[in-house]
Amino acid sequence: MNSRLLPRFFFGIFILFSAELLSNAIVTGILLGGFYAALSIGLSISFGLLDIVNIAHPAFIILGAFVCFIFNSHYGLDPILIGIIFAPAFYVLGTLIYRIYYESFEKTGAEALRGLAFFFGVMFIIEVILIMSFGVDFQMVQADYIDFKATFGVVDLPFRMFVPFVIAMIMTFGLQYFSSRTFFGRAMQAVAQDSLALRLMAIDPARIKRIAFGLSLATCSIAGALLVIVIPIEPSVGRLYIGQVFAIVVLGGLGSQSGTLIAAMLLGLVESMITTFFGPSWSPAVAFGALILVLAFKPTGILGRVGDTRG
Amino acid sequence: MSRNRFYIIIGALLVLSYLATRFVDNQFYFFAGFAILQLMVMALAWNILGGYVGYVNFGSAAFFGLGAYSAIVALNLFDASLFAQIITGGCFAALIGFGTGYLTLRLRGVYFAIATLALLVVSETLIVNWEFVGGAAGTYVLPKKNPTVLGVLVVGKENALFDNYKELLFFLMCLIALATIIICSLVENSKLGRGLAALRDSEEAAESMGVPTLRLKLFATTLSASIMGVTGGIFPYYMTFIDPISAFNLDISVNALAMPLIGGTATWLGPVLGAVVLGTLQQIATVTISSEVNLLIVGLFLVAFVVFAPGGFLGLIEKYWKRGD
Repeated sequence: MNSRLLPRFFFGIFILFSAELLSNAIVTGILLGGFYAALSIGLSISFGLLDIVNIAHPAFIILGAFVCFIFNSHYGLDPILIGIIFAPAFYVLGTLIYRIYYESFEKTGAEALRGLAFFFGVMFIIEVILIMSFGVDFQMVQADYIDFKATFGVVDLPFRMFVPFVIAMIMTFGLQYFSSRTFFGRAMQAVAQDSLALRLMAIDPARIKRIAFGLSLATCSIAGALLVIVIPIEPSVGRLYIGQVFAIVVLGGLGSQSGTLIAAMLLGLVESMITTFFGPSWSPAVAFGALILVLAFKPTGILGRVGDTRG
Repeated sequence: MSRNRFYIIIGALLVLSYLATRFVDNQFYFFAGFAILQLMVMALAWNILGGYVGYVNFGSAAFFGLGAYSAIVALNLFDASLFAQIITGGCFAALIGFGTGYLTLRLRGVYFAIATLALLVVSETLIVNWEFVGGAAGTYVLPKKNPTVLGVLVVGKENALFDNYKELLFFLMCLIALATIIICSLVENSKLGRGLAALRDSEEAAESMGVPTLRLKLFATTLSASIMGVTGGIFPYYMTFIDPISAFNLDISVNALAMPLIGGTATWLGPVLGAVVLGTLQQIATVTISSEVNLLIVGLFLVAFVVFAPGGFLGLIEKYWKRGD
């Protein structure tokens, strides 16, 4: 090997090596994006459509994850099955919380200050109760597919990411179908657009919002199950996801489910790239940094609704 | 309360706090007192924007932590004195507050709230990755031996103003708290305060009456952030150690927000009352039960008060006062 070939050889190795890294980063990014979509789809209903700034959304996801952990470790049930079984319970919890929220804040127009503080308080209550009952140790669930990994050439497909991705896609597209094709879904959109007009049609906006908010919490149960499959959890990791979910919902354009999916994919890809090429300690800044930039320069998001005056 | 009497009381409290450092021996009181005063200043600062203007700041800890870390930078670069560190903290936090406000205050209040939360995580991540200030591991701050101001020995065993640093810092925190109370009462009773109140009630109406809403909001945000930065600036010295987790903790944010909402947001008395009552309760809970219970207490009080007693302690007192007539 002469002296001119040697650098080329190393360059070739480098290209091959980084191509492998890059393709893995892209696959991970897409899987991560789908998972993020599951975390934020509920918030795109409550914050995006109903204008309820549920800052405790990630805390409810953590609650769902812990429910999943309890039933998985005691009875060995499948995590996703537990998430689906408990979704109705979360729905009921959501309708109860909305009732309090409506009576205390929305009726009197105090949601801007005290409504926000209310959810902030709820978030801390959930977190501290979980810490007091489970401690700050990381908990995880058991299932056959979690440790399984398929390999296609240089690309790895870890099932602990792939299974949540599939469920997340079903949930996201299901909700999108629901909100664009069914009566209730359309009523939900109508609340967001003009709740007075809805009232004139003899539909009670508060009732629609109650059901929709219940629905958004029901997604937390399933999202929590996905979360605990993807990574081990402890009670305060929910704080880290506040940025992700709000960034995605704002970036996607408030209340647009397809926008939410696109934004989630985008964020997942960017975050996976940053983690691969710069190191994981920078990844928390990605979501929040994106959020600040979006708020500063394009507050209506990628697919903002036409006629949205809230920007 | 007439203005003169107000200032006399403030002055008397300051003298009293100095006398306390001379005659009280049990160091726990200064430790607990510092914690409560820190809560109080953060609450008062939060209330300038939250209470007077109605904009929720979730990122109090960001301004606090940036104040603390800019003090560390000043120390590492210029070997700055305690006083200079506190001023640096205040100025840098004010700058960041102004920037955040400038970018987001034109939007709905909700976006401002979320942006402040984002600011918290972004600044924490930056500090974690910045080795110059200690990175994720944190850094130690060693108090200077025998510091003097204008030839007077400030901290020392004999012939000094204070016996040790904890007492000096307690006194400084009292000074900051009283100064913040004066600032808040000045804001409340000025044209500025009336402008802010008008803005809180209806931004459109205020705007159309010629109130320069954006400028007022920016002023309130900058002032609030700078006071938080000052509180942060003194913090590393007090702890003698600082790391990103303690400086940018969301617990600081929830406390700063909860105290005014529990005490009452209309005047400076609300945050003071909330901080004294809840802060004392927290100190008792920390000593007797555990530090997790602290947050549970704050969370429960916060939710209970915003749902059942929107006026806070002050609102409750006023209600019973009226019923007595």
